[in-house]
Order: sequence, then C-alpha cells, then structure tokens
Amino acid sequence: MTEAVTRRAAMLGAAATSGALLFAGGNARAQAKPTELRVGITTFLSGPASVFGVPARQAAELLFEEINKAGGIGGIPVRAFFVDEAPGTDHLVGEYRRLVQNEGCQIILASISSGSCLACTPLSDEMKKTTLLWDCGTQRIFEEGPHPWAFRTQGYGTPEVLAPLLYLLKHKPDFRTLAVINQDYAWGRDSWELWKAGMDAMKPGVRVVAEMFPRFGATDYSTEVTRLLAARPDVILSTSWGGDLTTLIRQSTERRLFERSLFVMPIAEASLPTLGRTMPAGHIIGARGDHWNNHPAPKDPARLKRLVDSYRAKYNEYPIYPVHHMAQAISAMQAAYAKALAAKGAGGWPNDLELANAFRGLTFDTPTSSITLREDGQGLEDQIVGLSSFNDKYPFAVPKDMILFPAAMVSAPVGQKSTDWLKTLKPDFVAQVPAPMAG
Amino acid sequence: MPSTIIEWFSDNGLLFGLALLDGLAYAALVFMVAVGLNLVFGVLRIVNVAHGSLFAIGAYTAASIGIFFASLGLPMWAGYVALVLSALLVGAVLGPLIEKLLLRRIYGHEDVLQLLVTFALFMILEDVQKLIWGVQPIMQDAPMKFLGTVDIPFGDDFIPFTAYQLFVLPGVAVATLAALAWFLRRTLTGRVIVAVTTDKEAATAMGIDAAKIMLLTFSFGAGLAALGGALASPTTSLVPGVGASTIVLSFAVVATAGLGQIEGAALTSLMIGLGRSIAVYFAPEFEVVVPYIIMVAVLLVRPQGLFGVLETRRV
Repeated sequence: MTEAVTRRAAMLGAAATSGALLFAGGNARAQAKPTELRVGITTFLSGPASVFGVPARQAAELLFEEINKAGGIGGIPVRAFFVDEAPGTDHLVGEYRRLVQNEGCQIILASISSGSCLACTPLSDEMKKTTLLWDCGTQRIFEEGPHPWAFRTQGYGTPEVLAPLLYLLKHKPDFRTLAVINQDYAWGRDSWELWKAGMDAMKPGVRVVAEMFPRFGATDYSTEVTRLLAARPDVILSTSWGGDLTTLIRQSTERRLFERSLFVMPIAEASLPTLGRTMPAGHIIGARGDHWNNHPAPKDPARLKRLVDSYRAKYNEYPIYPVHHMAQAISAMQAAYAKALAAKGAGGWPNDLELANAFRGLTFDTPTSSITLREDGQGLEDQIVGLSSFNDKYPFAVPKDMILFPAAMVSAPVGQKSTDWLKTLKPDFVAQVPAPMAG
Repeated sequence: MPSTIIEWFSDNGLLFGLALLDGLAYAALVFMVAVGLNLVFGVLRIVNVAHGSLFAIGAYTAASIGIFFASLGLPMWAGYVALVLSALLVGAVLGPLIEKLLLRRIYGHEDVLQLLVTFALFMILEDVQKLIWGVQPIMQDAPMKFLGTVDIPFGDDFIPFTAYQLFVLPGVAVATLAALAWFLRRTLTGRVIVAVTTDKEAATAMGIDAAKIMLLTFSFGAGLAALGGALASPTTSLVPGVGASTIVLSFAVVATAGLGQIEGAALTSLMIGLGRSIAVYFAPEFEVVVPYIIMVAVLLVRPQGLFGVLETRRV
C-alpha cells in the first residue's frame, strides 16, 4: 500500500475535514471565557537537541511576557506549560494527554523532533485539540493523511532541502561528485532521500562517492573527515545540526577539508554563532526559513530588530532559527485567536472547533515575511540560502549572495508526496531560480 | 582466495593505512574513559553510570579553563595545562565528594540499587552541567591548533592529520597504560589496591584500610574519566548528552575486556577503534554497531571477557 495520495483525494480530504470542522463549529456550544489561556509547549529541554529546545523555550517565555504586558490575548493572560521531548515519544504521548486533560491547555505547540510530531498529530485528531507543529520538518505529516487539528507554522523538509540544492545547481553547476555525511536518524536519512531524488532528477549522473551516517551525537568525526579528504568529492552535503555539526566543521576546518570540497549545510544557521570565525567562508548555508539576522529586505525591519534585540538583551545570545519558529507559532496563535474572537463578537470565546477553523487558510505576519497555512495545514515559508561570509556587524558567519526561494516554488503541491514530486523536476527547473537579493 | 585478498589490499591498502591511523586515535579516547570505569568496578564493584558525567564535566572544565587562559592572553600551549588541571580538579574534588556522600552508602548492596543510585547521580550531574555551561556547544581547540597538522602521503596526494590526533592522544593513552601497570604492580599503594580488588575481606583482615583505598581508587578513576573528557575537548563540541554517549561505549569496552582488567581495556579499545575506522571506510552502515558486534563475538567465546577470570559462585 505505497501508492501516493492523489492530489484530488487530498484536496477532497482537506475540503471534507474543513467542512466538517466548519459545520461542527457552527453548531458548537458556547465556550465560557477562561481566566487564562493555557498553552502546552513540547520542546527539548535536555539532551543534545536542547541546543534548539532551550532557546525556543526562552523565546516563548520572552514573547508570552510581552503579550501579557500588552493585555494578553483577547484580554486573557497567556500561560505556558513546557514538556521535555527528550524522554521519547511514549512519554510525550502521556504528557500530551496530561496537558489537555489535567492542565486544561486550549492549544498545544509541538514539537522539535519529527518523531514527536508524528506521535502528537494523531492525538490532536483523537482529542480534537488544535496543535501547532512549530518546528519539526518531516514531510510525512501531511502527505500520509489529513490531520484537521494540526497546522505547521513554518516550512518543512522538502523546501529546506530543495532550496540549497537549487542554490548549488545555480552556484556550481559543473560539480560531478558528491558525498553525504548526515546524522544517523530519521532526519539524516529522510533529508538525503529528498536531496537524492531532486539531484537525480535535475542533474542526473552525479557520482555519490561516500554515504556516511555517523551515530547521532557522535563526538568524533576524524575518520569520516579522513575518508572525505581521500575521496575528494566536489561537494559535501551535511544536514547535521547542533554539536554534531560544529564538531564536523571544526575537525574539517582544522584538516583543510573545506579547501578541497564545497560544503552544503542546509541547517548551518543555528551553529554559526557558536562557531564564530571558525566557520569557513564561501560555503552554502541555510536557515530552515528566511529569518536571517542580516535579511536584506525583511517585511517588518523594526519587528525583526525588536525580536533580536530583546532576545539578546535577556539571554545574551543571538536568536537562532528555533527562536524564530517559536515566534512564528505564537504569531499564528495570536492571529487565529484574533480571527476567531472577531467572528464570535464581543464577550465570546472560541471553542476548540472554532479555534481550529480559524487556523485553516490563515495568513499571519512574521518579522521577515508572511506565512499562509494552506488547505492541508502546511505553512508556506520562504527559504533564503546564501554563501557563508563575514562582515563587521556580526562576530560570526552570515550569508551573502542570498537567494530567496518562494515557498510555493520549493514545496511539494498539496496531495503529492515529496519524493514523487521531486522526481518529476527537470533540469530546466533551475532556470526558475530567482536572482540573488540586492543588499 | 589469497589472490583475492592480495588484490583487495593492492586496491585498498592506502585507505586501510589511513583507517589504522584514525582507529588508533579513536581507540586512545575510548581507552581513557573505559580504563577509569574498569578500575572503579574492579575495586569498588560498582557499575558507575555517572562515569560519563565525570567525562563530560572534565571536558567542560578543561574547555572553561582553556577559554579563561586564552582571555588572559596566555600562549596556546597553556591549553595543555588546562587539560591536566581539569583532571586534577575533578579527581580531587568531585571524586571524593561522590564517594563519601553517596557510593560509600551502597557498597555491597544489590546491583539494581547501585545502578539506580549512580543513574540518579548521572541525571543530576547532567542538569548541573546545563546550569553551569548552558546548552549551546562549547569549544576550545588551542591544544589542537598549537601543534598544527601533519601531511601523510596518500599516493600522489596527501592527507592532513592533526598532530594532536596522531601523537598526543595515542601517546597519552600508552603512557597512562604503562603508568597504571607500573603503579598497580610496582608500588605499595598499587599492590594494596590489587589486594582489595582480589579479596577485600582478606585485605581488611590484614590491616589494610579498605575504605581509604576505595576512596583513593574512585577519585583516581574520576580523574581518569575527566582526563579522557579533557583530552577529547579540543577535538569536539561539548553539548548536553556528551556524557551519555560516552558511557554506553565504555560499558561495551569494560564488558569485553573483563571487569577490572586494565590491559584488557587497552586491547578492547584498540579492537573497537580499528574496527570502527575500518567500517567507516569499507562498510559505513556497520559503523555504529561494530563495537557491539565485537563485544558479542568476544563474550560468546569468552563470557568472562578477554582478560577476565572465571569466578566460582556460591549457590
């Protein structure tokens, strides 16, 4: 039963679930206004992925504080209930139920790990609780069936892999050999599958000279670096992140691997402040979105500056992409509540169905752009990819020669599985890549 | 068959040589952690899950001292002082503290209780690390940069290796092994430790202060774990969880070597280091499982471990 979900079936599914929610919402009983808006947030508070999870929690705390100072949402103060994803999905499933049933959370923001999201979305269906997938990237969530109560408020694996691939095809079209070194877990494997499908379709004949998947959390890459030095690939892809990526970059830099091969690192952004000047210049870097500190044309520059400055002032570090993804989820939540409250009229408060209906098709602003949640619940977030470089403003690498990839261009259409869609791309697709941004 | 092997080596001999170099450095790091764990088990008969935390704290402390030295403008070689200081600090402060406050109360108790207590300690120390050093990766590579790289010929090409990886890591591991062997066999304190390891009751009856020996041994083991972490710190990025990933491999080494066997730990680390490196080159899918395949293979043939001694058990 591996046949792809057809576009028509998915559209029908999305329409049916939207219709069902609308219908149910229209007949729902009145919801009493709560004394506080309880928000369950699942994130990594321990283990290697806490490099993402803790900044995200800090962002939520910072933003909730600001929201409450400004009077809350609909006049109701917002309160976060954090849950650690690190103990695993079995634990998380129990915690999700606790957040809904015991703590009375009206909305859940889940999660960093794709495995966590895959565990939480069926629960959102079962418990009929709006769940914002605030950071996880797996393409499987909305491609394997409808989840009417779940909405992803950022991009996902397919655009986050395809945009750097297109950048590479534009920047160094003559490469002939490639090696991959990804972490040995779902994202490392899935992202390679996506990349390979797109690369084989748009540039057939590239020879893969090494496929390496070191243990997740590996502390030493010296053997892998030696093998890459010996193989001399034109391009090295690594979708690794956190301590794994900084170790790989440091050991590769020390042994001059960056001088032999062009690196493509779609998730480098989060590691750049840690690496400082250790990060070599001239390599392709991505940010899982468009939220670079040096974005040349953000939609709301003042808002971007405010977020960066207030985060730095409170935590003494630059915000990295999980901070932006958390901020996006909170912006989406504010926008959906505003929409639902406006529909209810004075004094009303949306019930679960009305809240979920408010998210469908919602467009909300971020500091850098606007994101629309399409009919299957997937958010359309633009991607910016560039070459690592240094300037006087930042003590770490930032991108130059940035290309903004519109979300719709690099996302699989509704109803199509990403790998199937990527296989349909043609070499001339590269011609659609926009010119680098000015500035 | 022999001609096939010769052909394979003529095709892959150079790569095999590189794999051996990588394997030596990796084996050295594995040995430095496992040997402390093995020593502690041999004397205290406690499976110390918190050994990984001592490795991590040693690494974080070395990085912090190194960063502090750099901020003072001290030369790069001072990074090596930071490595030694870190091991001494953890061994002299944290080791006695843990032994006196916690482990001393659970000697001789059921294995499950010991595991639970040391696991709890591991969890507490993980949180302590986060409180002190945060969650973002910490790096300090002055000791590695100080020595630079060495170009190893590779056909018409060359492969740069760090001198730290080629010489310092294996050198320290060999020196530690030799010093430990000498200490345990040639000094009075060492012989007393061996006596307590062999038969604690008999040793105590002969007037040996077993409690003192256990304190000394645990502190020494803690120092070795910290030295392992400190030695690893210039090459890696320190993040939460670094201790957990280390301890699992260390247990595999200890089980394969035979509990309490120093030379066994060295040989097993070498087998695991070389096995893993060769896997990265020729069968990367097996890289993660190679240490455990070696462990299972050895334990199938010698259930007591490579150097372990069969013990009679009262029933």
